[in-house]
Amino acid sequence: MGSRVTRRRALRVLGASLGGSAFAYAVAPVAAFVQATNKEEFLQQHYRELTEAGLADVLRRLEAETARDYGADVSIRDPRPLPDVQFGYALNLSVCIGCRKCAEACHHENNHDRRTNNSYIRVLEMTQGTMDMEQGRADYDHAVPAPGKYYMPVQCQQCENPPCVDVCPVQATWKEDDGVVVVDYNWCIGCRYCEAACPYHARRFNWHKPEIPADEINPDQAYLSNRVRPQGVVEKCHFCLHRTREGRLPACLEACPTGARVFGNLLDPESEIRWVLANKRVFVLKEELGTNPRFFYFFDT
Amino acid sequence: MTILMRFALDSLRVMLRGGPRYYALLAVLVLGVLVGLAAYVQQLQHGLIVTGMGDQVTWGVYIANFTFLVGVAAAAVMVVIPAYVFGDAEMKRVVLIAEAMAVAACALALLFVIVDLGRPDRMLNIVPLLSHVNFPRSLLAWDVVVIPGYLVINLVIPAAVLFANYRGRTLSHRRMMPVILLAILWAIALHVVTAFLYVADVAKPFWHSPLLGPRFLASAFASGPALLLGVLHVLDAVTSLRLSDGVRRLLANITAIALQINLVMLAAEIFTELYRPTEHSLSARYLFLGLGEADGLVIWIRAAIAMEVTAVAILMVPRLQRATAPLLCACALTVFGVWIEKGMGLVVPGFIPTPLGEVVEYVPTMVETLVSLGLWCLGTLIFVLLARPIIAINEGVLGENP
Repeated sequence: MGSRVTRRRALRVLGASLGGSAFAYAVAPVAAFVQATNKEEFLQQHYRELTEAGLADVLRRLEAETARDYGADVSIRDPRPLPDVQFGYALNLSVCIGCRKCAEACHHENNHDRRTNNSYIRVLEMTQGTMDMEQGRADYDHAVPAPGKYYMPVQCQQCENPPCVDVCPVQATWKEDDGVVVVDYNWCIGCRYCEAACPYHARRFNWHKPEIPADEINPDQAYLSNRVRPQGVVEKCHFCLHRTREGRLPACLEACPTGARVFGNLLDPESEIRWVLANKRVFVLKEELGTNPRFFYFFDT
Repeated sequence: MTILMRFALDSLRVMLRGGPRYYALLAVLVLGVLVGLAAYVQQLQHGLIVTGMGDQVTWGVYIANFTFLVGVAAAAVMVVIPAYVFGDAEMKRVVLIAEAMAVAACALALLFVIVDLGRPDRMLNIVPLLSHVNFPRSLLAWDVVVIPGYLVINLVIPAAVLFANYRGRTLSHRRMMPVILLAILWAIALHVVTAFLYVADVAKPFWHSPLLGPRFLASAFASGPALLLGVLHVLDAVTSLRLSDGVRRLLANITAIALQINLVMLAAEIFTELYRPTEHSLSARYLFLGLGEADGLVIWIRAAIAMEVTAVAILMVPRLQRATAPLLCACALTVFGVWIEKGMGLVVPGFIPTPLGEVVEYVPTMVETLVSLGLWCLGTLIFVLLARPIIAINEGVLGENP
């Protein structure tokens, strides 16, 4: 009985084997993907639940991963917010010339993807006579400053009331005690709701695995700031917390050739930023949205 | 327990057995799923860079499909209410099919969110009770509660009804009522929550409108019944299930009325945005008129409006509504029109221009298209498998003592 090969049975066998091999072809890379995802990473807890020892293990593991994937020897720390410090940033639009040195410094300091030339700062070229950002251009490509134009660098405004934190479904982003909004790159699921919710277009997504040559990687890194980000997660400006929480200034400020940028502790009455807030005509972007930015703009004259 | 086992096994048997045409259908759907899977594997390997999305337009065709499908799922109440609350005997005969469609749509909506994630391996982070879910603050967290909840409700009710039918009994109306009411409220909540996911976004003036929630409901109650009516016509032609004139008329009328309400709200939106356009109207201008060279969606949204208007015209002429070909045509126009209008036409313009004024357009890539088609095949497969035992048991072919 079994020796009779009918046409129907032959078709069934053919169909099943074709289907089977197609399926095997389709899922083969999945097995590779599962193998590539390591168990420690998969089981890692939320940053704010890690014990001191657990965090130390995570930092060492991430250093080893950077060495393995990028061939770079880096050190990853976890500087915490300083007591009695609330960071604020102010930018003098009268002297900014739109040279984008800040964006470039951010690119290098924060180990951004080289392929996309990513940076946390977008510099808008604005036409005199309007404050309307919809009329600004971020893709200008000529000598600066151009006549009739002024320049407005925009980065994370470190809102007091951040919409991005509200919308995150998994609490992978939050506001730290010094006012800096951070992301746990190892907890983010990559839904990009925060990116859609930001009124300042300050967030970026890692659409692919960042590409950085080993000798260009900044080895001075922190867990919540400039360590090399994984593929598929969101990132944003963190006021260079690996520098500022240790008494240094943000990379974008140090790179600015015109001294347009003022950074400091809002709680320190002697700080330069407090002087600017008290003596200059200061404004914030999209004040009507009630986000209460910690990033201020002002004009000299 | 043994009866339950036999019910499950018998159901499974009718799902997996059928004529050559049935097997051919299953083969085509499975093939589609495999193609989609292969495309998704590309996306897993290389990242979402293989899609047309970017830091300007961060959501695309996946989230568009998700939004549309949540509407289809919610629209099952348009059959549940007449069938269970008003006890309409004819609607009762098709209510299980409507619920099977809701289950398939829910599953598909969830899958469309999952394929949009940058880190699907961390999916468990969003599971309530298991992790750090940002509930009740994040509307996406609400969706993770309401969609699986609705899925379960729409599995449990039909399974209970079907099991009773299998044993030749009927469930008592009074005992079912609380669950039915829950299902109805849940359906409304499901769709309103999904609308609020957009409304909550103050960074996007195009979405930040109180009209969005009501418009979601109106368009869902048009597209859902229209899709169901089309599906019932097909089932009428190829299975033992019969589509009665009463069901046909009721579903066509629901579609006609909901579609008109949707169009009125669309007109209100267009007037508000375009009579004296402000800076906040730029997204609407991009969608309906185009911003200079950037006008990728204009032809689509105009086609969608034309489709919806034509569908209303057909459905409001009794002679046309009664004829099969024009009715099916109106159903198809409604489904496609709403798919464009509430999918790509809602999600994409929200991102154009960006909050800093950049205008970057979005076109889905081949990978996104194949993944989406694969998922639609999977959804159809789920529906077909669920519909088999429903039809077999309801028509008395399958039962404890057939």
